[in-house]
Amino acid sequence: MTDSMTTTAVDAAVDAHDDDHHPSDLFYLKIAAILALFTGLEVSTYFIEDSVSEAFLFISLSVLMVVKFVMVAAYFMHLKYDTPWFRYLFIAGLVLAMGVYTIFFFAFDLFGLG
Amino acid sequence: MAITEDRPLALEAGTITKVAERPLGALTRPQSDVGWASWFTTVDHKKIGIMYGVGSLFFFLFGGVEALMIRIQLAAPNGQFLSESLYNQVFTMHGVTMVFLVIMPMAAAFANYLLPLQVGARDVAFPRLNAFSFWCWLAGAIFLNTSWFLGGAPDGGWFAYAPNTSVTFAPGNGMDFYAIGLQIVGIASLVSAINLIVTVLNMRAPGMSLLKMPVLTWMLLVTQFLLLFAVPVITIALFLLTFDRSFGANFFNVSEGGSPLLWQHLFWIFGHPEVYILILPAFGIISEVIPTFSRKPIFGYPFMVGSGIAIGFMGWGVWAHHMFASGLGEISVAAFSLSTMFIAVPTGVKILNWLATMWGGRLRFTTPMLFACGVIAMFTIGGLSGVTHAVAPSDTQQTDTYYIVAHFHYVIFGGSLLGMFSGFYFWWPKVFGHKLSEKWGKINFWLMLIGFNMTFGPMHVLGLQGMARRHHSYAKEDGFGFWNGIVSAGAFVIALGTLAFLINVWLSARNAKRNPVEVGPDPWDARSLEWSTASPTPVHNFDVEPIVEFQDDWWHRKWGKNDEGKVVRKAYPEDIAQDGSATDVHLPSPSYWPLVLSLSLPMIGYSIIFTFWLLIPAGALFLAGFLGWALEPADDPEAAHGHDDHGHDNDHDADATADAEVEGASNV
Amino acid sequence: MSEATMADSTMPDSKLPDSKLPDSKLPEATAAEAAEIVTAHNADQGGHGTTTGISNNKLMMWAFLGSECLLFGALISTYLLYKERFTGFAEGLAPFDEDGRNIGPRFGGENGEGVFDIPFTSVSSFILLGSSLTMVLALSAIRRGEYRSFRIWTLTTAALGSVFIAGQIYEFTEFVEKGLGFSTNIFGSAFFTLTGFHGVHVTIGIVMLLATYIMHKQGRLNSDKAETVEIVGLYWHFVDVVWILIFTIVYLFPQ
Repeated sequence: MTDSMTTTAVDAAVDAHDDDHHPSDLFYLKIAAILALFTGLEVSTYFIEDSVSEAFLFISLSVLMVVKFVMVAAYFMHLKYDTPWFRYLFIAGLVLAMGVYTIFFFAFDLFGLG
Repeated sequence: MAITEDRPLALEAGTITKVAERPLGALTRPQSDVGWASWFTTVDHKKIGIMYGVGSLFFFLFGGVEALMIRIQLAAPNGQFLSESLYNQVFTMHGVTMVFLVIMPMAAAFANYLLPLQVGARDVAFPRLNAFSFWCWLAGAIFLNTSWFLGGAPDGGWFAYAPNTSVTFAPGNGMDFYAIGLQIVGIASLVSAINLIVTVLNMRAPGMSLLKMPVLTWMLLVTQFLLLFAVPVITIALFLLTFDRSFGANFFNVSEGGSPLLWQHLFWIFGHPEVYILILPAFGIISEVIPTFSRKPIFGYPFMVGSGIAIGFMGWGVWAHHMFASGLGEISVAAFSLSTMFIAVPTGVKILNWLATMWGGRLRFTTPMLFACGVIAMFTIGGLSGVTHAVAPSDTQQTDTYYIVAHFHYVIFGGSLLGMFSGFYFWWPKVFGHKLSEKWGKINFWLMLIGFNMTFGPMHVLGLQGMARRHHSYAKEDGFGFWNGIVSAGAFVIALGTLAFLINVWLSARNAKRNPVEVGPDPWDARSLEWSTASPTPVHNFDVEPIVEFQDDWWHRKWGKNDEGKVVRKAYPEDIAQDGSATDVHLPSPSYWPLVLSLSLPMIGYSIIFTFWLLIPAGALFLAGFLGWALEPADDPEAAHGHDDHGHDNDHDADATADAEVEGASNV
Repeated sequence: MSEATMADSTMPDSKLPDSKLPDSKLPEATAAEAAEIVTAHNADQGGHGTTTGISNNKLMMWAFLGSECLLFGALISTYLLYKERFTGFAEGLAPFDEDGRNIGPRFGGENGEGVFDIPFTSVSSFILLGSSLTMVLALSAIRRGEYRSFRIWTLTTAALGSVFIAGQIYEFTEFVEKGLGFSTNIFGSAFFTLTGFHGVHVTIGIVMLLATYIMHKQGRLNSDKAETVEIVGLYWHFVDVVWILIFTIVYLFPQ
């Protein structure tokens, strides 16, 4: 039989280990503030649309979108601190989706009669 | 309100626990695991596997009858056996049935029964979810087939190209049954995929690293990942179709700018990984059978695993080879043609590895081995015709002809189905405690093989002669009559072979009852962990969680090397197998709610097709099922032999004796 | 135990690796050894007795989220395709509604000021973003056993989510009034399907949040079972992440 003391020790280690990785509430607030800032930047593009080039808009909006995505996933969803397995699973789905639908879009956009 | 615990925490050895009173009324878990009613509430992966097997065989007969009807219609020119409308329904349902209601659940049968055993676990990660998958599949299967009586079966082909399947061109309920029925069946697959992935990753016996898992487990794991990522795509495609048909959307409304190619792309982005979902389990099965009956380990294990993973990856990049004739444009066609040629490589690796396994081995041509060899031969033929399809210019001639029909039947029937039958004959003694008759097995095999080649071989010729698919009949002047006659005759030979199988099942069961023979844990001298238990498998699988040291660990317990490096027997299965006598194993309790929840789904389907008023009882049933499931107690309190060892409860009592399994299982 | 025999020595040498254990001992560990090996697997990720050390439920949620990428990817791709086809269709040949208005997202509507109301949708975006913050605070709270905070943050998250949905419903009714409906044209179908699926996901998330609240009130959810909240949180954040994509791709990208 496993010694229950050993188990308790293991679980104490688990908890301690876990706590190292849990950011404080203040940290989350900071992340949220940055995300809000980025969202504000995104929204501001609406108001300056006519004075900047389309390319600039596409690129800046895309960058902001990706950064926000990564931040929510890494910090709010704790991906950065968790076991890599979760990252693999999620990124697998993400990369697969991006790859497949990019091909799909090319098959339509560039050459399709549809 | 918490459930208080006032019984002693540890029962003395030999204490007989009594049947629990029912403190929570309807929400107590059912307790029985014997009797016919227990099958409705079981969460035991083995029983669920058996139910998948029975269900898939039943629908195999359905789909087979549909095939015979097609063949009677096409046996001679100007057939009158089926009207055009009925013909469309029959060939559509033949395809839908064989893919979704036969091959996929057959694979699920093997996956459910064997995967936990092969990794050394006592059940899957989420037993109730597992039950739900089965009942959901069955509900969808029955729902689909009620269409025959409720306005006509789907008639747009199994691939349902839009806008041919829009309300304009497919009035009537058939395609609605198709779209909704496949959604329901898709839920079953997706849920099951998540379940099995978590099981393989999280519930392996100690010492079983990923690269010590049997090849079957690996192939099933890749299959589950394919399902995980492919099912959502067809989910969307089917939603778009339903939105068009039932809610006035414009996705495939060409006059509004809708694109038929949208359907095709979405369908085939699912559809191509789907064909690998169909074949990989069969590849896994024969990767267990061939080494056993060659008395050699699988040749090139890392390559078998790697090629399976490669097929899983590459399968995502070839889908538009189903669309070469749809006006994609030259660069798309060229790109997909190239990628399709490449995907032949990993499969070729597997074929070579199977042959190399057999080479120099001491071969025993038992029925499972015959079927496995059949797979190698037939799949090679189907693969070769597949390579001709990869070449886009030749495919443009072949597409929509019987040459394609020949190809995919060689790979699905000759590959998947023969592989499944190999598995049936191989694992039958493990599941049922008696072998199937070798004599009838051989009759089954040869009738099927000969009938199969009679049926689908000539289709290559017919296709190249220009016989088109999905045509209700052909004229005398076409000159297709002779080969079609052979094809139709062959179909009946297949039917005879199937009959031989059914006779075998019945006869073997009868003989086993009359003259019971102890088949033992390991009648074939096989290699993986499921053979290390009694036959039939004890309800708790393993008395003691096995510790794994090698790949093919069970084999290594039986055979070792002497000082001269010769392989010698270390032990006999009967002496070292776990006999199932452990009595203190805690198993997940049965539950009603998966069945209840799954019944609500076809109801929702009927409400979309017929009247939205049905949504009220359907929604109520859905909610009842959901809540009942969520709120029922984790397990029968009385069944907790001394400690509540539920992974979900985060109980810190890591008493890992015979209850080790429960720590890995969740209470979903 | 039967003795090893030489009778099978004619077998082909099947390259058996040498066992690390002495031959006389089969690798059939005692229960204690099994327990130790299993416990060793428990090391860090909160999974008790699982091979990887990860909890089954969390692994399940992440696998599910991986599959959701394919789901929303299909919806977004369909939307983008039909936006392109519609806009192209619209240049000079646009489908018009019966009042002669060119029905399009940015250039349609009365006086051509556009059907979309970016400022309004931006507020919705901030709200959903805020709900992700409150979600993560709720998880923090229950982990620390601060149950009152947990209840407040959970209800706030559900409330913010509900406000988001209310905003969506309001927006959609506005669009329909301006002539852009689900059945109007391919753009309408694609737009409402994409945002509708997202909205349904948010709604399911709200239901799950309320469920965790109720379970907590019933005493079934405490700091030991914080993982349940974490898993609901993962789902919620994913739904937020999808909105991040939708907001940019559908609303903000120049037409």
